[in-house]
Amino acid sequence: MNYGSSVSGERLFAECKYSTQALHIILNLCQYLFFHRQEILKWNGWGYSDTRFLFNKKGQAEFTGKRYRLSGMIIPALQNWFEGTFGASVQHKSPAMPILTSSAVQPPTLNEAFVDELKSTGIPCSHDAEDRVFRGHGHCLHEVFALREGKVGRVPDIVVWPNCHNDVVKIVELACKHNVCLIPYGGGTSVSSALECPPEETRCIVSLDTSQMNRILWIDEKNLTAHVEAGIVGQELERLLNESGYCTGHEPDSMEFSSLGGWVATRASGMKKNIYGNIEDLVVHVKMVTPQGVIEKGCQCPRMSTGPDIHHFIMGSEGTLGVVTEVTMKIRPMPEYQKYGSVVFPNFEQGVACLREVAKQRCAPASIRLMDNEQFKFGHALKPQVSSIFTSFLDGLKKFYITKFKGFDPDRLCVATLLFEGDREKVLQHEKQVYDIAAKFGGLAAGEDNGQRGYMLTFVIAYLRDLGMDYYVIGESFETSVPWDRVLDICRNVKARIIQECKDKGVQFSPLSTCRVTQTYDAGACVYFYFAFNYRGLSDPVHVYEQVEHAAREEILANGGSLSHHHGVGKLRKEWMRETISDVGMGMLKSVKNYVDPKNIFGNRNLI
Amino acid sequence: MKMHLFFTFVDILEKRRCSSDLGHALRTYSPSPYEGAPSCSTADLNKAVLESQYLRYVTKETGSSGEDVRQEVCRILEEMSQNLQLGSIRLMAYTLTKVLKRLFTGIFVNMEGLNMLQQAIQESPVILMPNHRSYVDFLVISYILFTYDIPLPVIAAGIPLAGMKMVGEILRRSGAFFIRRAIGSDKLYWAVLSEYVKTIVRKGCAPLEFYVEGLRSRTLKSLMPKLGMMHMVLEPYFKGEVYDITLVPISISYDRVLEESLLAHELLGIPKPKESTTGLLKATKVLQEDYGNMHVNFGRPMSVRRLCQGKINRCQYNLIPRDLPQKPSAETQACVSGLANLMVRIQEEGSLISPWSLMACLLLQAPTTVLTQEGLLWHQLTEKTLWLRKLALDFGAHLNWPGQVPDLDVMSSTVTLHRSVVHLKAGRVYLVREEEPVRKHPISPELDVIRTAAAVLMLASYRNQSLHVFVRPCHARSDELFAFFWFLRDIFSNEFIFIPGKSSQDFEEACFLLNKCGAVDISEQEVIVSDARLEVLSFLQALLQPFIHSYQVMFRYLCEDGGNVFTEKQVLPAVRNRATKLILSGELHTYEALSSDTQKNGLSALQRLKTVTKLRE
Repeated sequence: MNYGSSVSGERLFAECKYSTQALHIILNLCQYLFFHRQEILKWNGWGYSDTRFLFNKKGQAEFTGKRYRLSGMIIPALQNWFEGTFGASVQHKSPAMPILTSSAVQPPTLNEAFVDELKSTGIPCSHDAEDRVFRGHGHCLHEVFALREGKVGRVPDIVVWPNCHNDVVKIVELACKHNVCLIPYGGGTSVSSALECPPEETRCIVSLDTSQMNRILWIDEKNLTAHVEAGIVGQELERLLNESGYCTGHEPDSMEFSSLGGWVATRASGMKKNIYGNIEDLVVHVKMVTPQGVIEKGCQCPRMSTGPDIHHFIMGSEGTLGVVTEVTMKIRPMPEYQKYGSVVFPNFEQGVACLREVAKQRCAPASIRLMDNEQFKFGHALKPQVSSIFTSFLDGLKKFYITKFKGFDPDRLCVATLLFEGDREKVLQHEKQVYDIAAKFGGLAAGEDNGQRGYMLTFVIAYLRDLGMDYYVIGESFETSVPWDRVLDICRNVKARIIQECKDKGVQFSPLSTCRVTQTYDAGACVYFYFAFNYRGLSDPVHVYEQVEHAAREEILANGGSLSHHHGVGKLRKEWMRETISDVGMGMLKSVKNYVDPKNIFGNRNLI
Repeated sequence: MKMHLFFTFVDILEKRRCSSDLGHALRTYSPSPYEGAPSCSTADLNKAVLESQYLRYVTKETGSSGEDVRQEVCRILEEMSQNLQLGSIRLMAYTLTKVLKRLFTGIFVNMEGLNMLQQAIQESPVILMPNHRSYVDFLVISYILFTYDIPLPVIAAGIPLAGMKMVGEILRRSGAFFIRRAIGSDKLYWAVLSEYVKTIVRKGCAPLEFYVEGLRSRTLKSLMPKLGMMHMVLEPYFKGEVYDITLVPISISYDRVLEESLLAHELLGIPKPKESTTGLLKATKVLQEDYGNMHVNFGRPMSVRRLCQGKINRCQYNLIPRDLPQKPSAETQACVSGLANLMVRIQEEGSLISPWSLMACLLLQAPTTVLTQEGLLWHQLTEKTLWLRKLALDFGAHLNWPGQVPDLDVMSSTVTLHRSVVHLKAGRVYLVREEEPVRKHPISPELDVIRTAAAVLMLASYRNQSLHVFVRPCHARSDELFAFFWFLRDIFSNEFIFIPGKSSQDFEEACFLLNKCGAVDISEQEVIVSDARLEVLSFLQALLQPFIHSYQVMFRYLCEDGGNVFTEKQVLPAVRNRATKLILSGELHTYEALSSDTQKNGLSALQRLKTVTKLRE
């Protein structure tokens, strides 16, 4: 979660916490902060409140706000694409409930003894309805859809904001003492139902919001590491490190809102992992507070042979074992030079073959992604209005060159986007190497602009889902990882399965079913699927959506794909864990859980 | 145009008779193929096979040098591969129009099936699975598809066809690819073949046509499906290399089969002539005769994905490279076998039963001496045939019984069409036996038996065309019911097509049908034979009798004379001799005991039941 300017307010509030009139002030401030936060982030959709897509009175799409490159621009082709792809119409609106009615929220089940002791510690907390609702969900379709309809299920009974590691230790001790359920909350960007409160939980549920633990505690320039509190949000971490000339290079698509602790808890992956590594490669040391006490290693060594790595119990534990409070991470000097790029391929098969070759030669740039034809068209529809006739003339010329002169079929071609990083000379050299490989697979360089737009799409696509939902279109993305020889098969089969399931489930319009290869590894790749459809005429669209996603996941597993590459399991994909890691594997995880948390204090019931 | 219960059949020869054959052969042919498929030439296909990872693995296993193996693979491919070319297709179309017009009154094709096929071909790789009753089957599907602008199939054919001068090459260019008969333990050949087939399916370059029964059925009765080809065809789906595969069962039914007499003689141990071009030319005398109508019923396309739902866990291929040669798991084998049997059952259900087949059922229930000497009363036969027609309809058969013509005319024209088997004289029907060659000495009794047997077996073949309609109720006729049903079904599962693991469904179906036609009353616990309709039961019993008797002869021989160890080559003539003797002495009434196919099926059944074990040398 990013608080932007609210941070200073919350600091102020934190410092007040020992004052004598604490309670009164805290209540007022909580109110104040809540409203403040609502001005910044949506309560029933993705991202910043000031940023959204809309169709203006002329029917043209517009992206509001000032935060992104696309902000404030008109996107002339979007309406046509939207109506054409989904059979939707800008005349048919399905607006969200504008505000949450408090009566929709169940009154909190408070464990009085716990609350009393918690208050005596002075750690701020709230049982305000809107605070609770805000932390009772992630961004799965069914969660957001319900919020838009003003429907609220079981939500945390109380929210608590620890300010540091020691606060967390106190909270966990109290939780154990009074047997309340703790659910850690970082950025709230989960897409695995991980933040949903188990409906069967009868104890008081406490949401432990780590957002106040957002400081860089030290930077070690000799070893190039930084010790950071786990509540810090990705873009804030990068901004602060950049001030000292460093970066982590960890850039998941959700980095504007997701937190360091969340990354560790879900085994996150960043766009530029080819240079910087995934979270498991970046973490040097982790501190986690569990009901049994604090778990951490005794040194900050680069690698150890000391039995199974305890970090791997922590990474991916999805909040079932404890709260990650502090992390030592590798940092790198900021790159001197960055360059985007793109390559057009005659078809997806050629594109995949090229990515495979790049991986084989181990020369992948910081990021390399391959979009299929549907996504290429989608990206095209997001081109902002061009200012000059010259640019549009150039665009026309490019199109002519690729489709007419080079004979690419506009309904088959696909595009790879690239990001190079490093010192200038090496980047240029690297760029040449990659383009040479691409050429062998019929790839044509298609300019920096296309590349950059591709990456921008990553950040705005979640906003587009909200636009869709305003017009009877629902959708979501999900991901997997798969061996190289299966990439084409899984892409084809999963997309086809989605289309068939939609048909079988009575979806009246053909869905958008598209994919892209977003990461390359030595032995395989990460594949992302996007799936959306127009739900007019369906009585329970969310249920249909869930059935289709379920079928798609079965198809992924049947085609040798993994249950998840980086989104995690949560509660959404739990049913497949046993076949994923075997009975013994389940037993191992369960016995760790039983030792660390026998009373199931960390009771979000994710993963196992 | 004729209307049937479910299908609209159109005579495709009708147009050919009133327009130019050459015009048809040269028509604009622009089919819409499978959308995902790149066009792939013969050379591309062979190259893909040659360079496949699968063959690389197999090469390593053989242990010989890479280059040697490569050359061997090239040789095999050269012998095997099809070379589909539009020019040859046009030539084929031209010739076939001429031949078919001469042979048949009409070739009826169901348009719904053809339309569904056209649709299916654009969506996924399609496997055409016709039954095989005559050599005429071979190109007739391609001919129909050519006429209706549908992509032409590549067709799995037996290698003897490739050896025919000229004809082999024409077939190759019409899309045939050739498979050796006895592959046995030749691992490399097996590997090349399976990669060849899998590549065709994976790439979806053309529909693939093959006979799941493996051979032409000599008895006109469905054969137990062969599974090798079926495994190859389905594997790309199991391994996720294609999203889905569509199976199209096709039922070809003939009023009269060209090879009727040839087949009967083969069954009696008189070897079939080797496939040769001169043989084919000699056979042109068959062109002079009338063979009535041919019906080609394209079944509803079936999605392998749906058929396999819950039957196969595709995750089993996740942990080993998919190209690595592997024995199919028990689950896979069961699934493939189930599908293969299902396809044959659907072929059976889709075939059209002719009046003649019903008459053959009844003729065979008369003692053979009546047929050869006194003759069967015509009005008795016709009355009974009409009764049987109703029973067949009750049992859900698709009849090919012309509606606009009086029933009696239908039956008498049927008899005229089949004058090679029966003839009608003075209100009686007689079995026609082959002309006696002019001889000095009187014919030996054994030879006389063969002569009668040939005629009886021809008749039996036509009966067999409708056997599948009655076979389930036949088995259920006993009082000890399920146990006995199960026993018979088990014994005869090489003889008739039963889908493995479906015995209780079959039993239910049998009971349902018997109940429906009033032959039995079914209460919660009991099945009671209703006296009024003993007719049905005795008919069914008599229908199955020849098989039971034939098996008994076989089994008795093995118990009494066979010894402990024997070879198949010894047994078949010995059983035939014994049966001949029994017929001559009047102890055995069925000439069908002489049929080598029935004997082989009996032997296979014993093997399956582990009463007889096959020793390997």
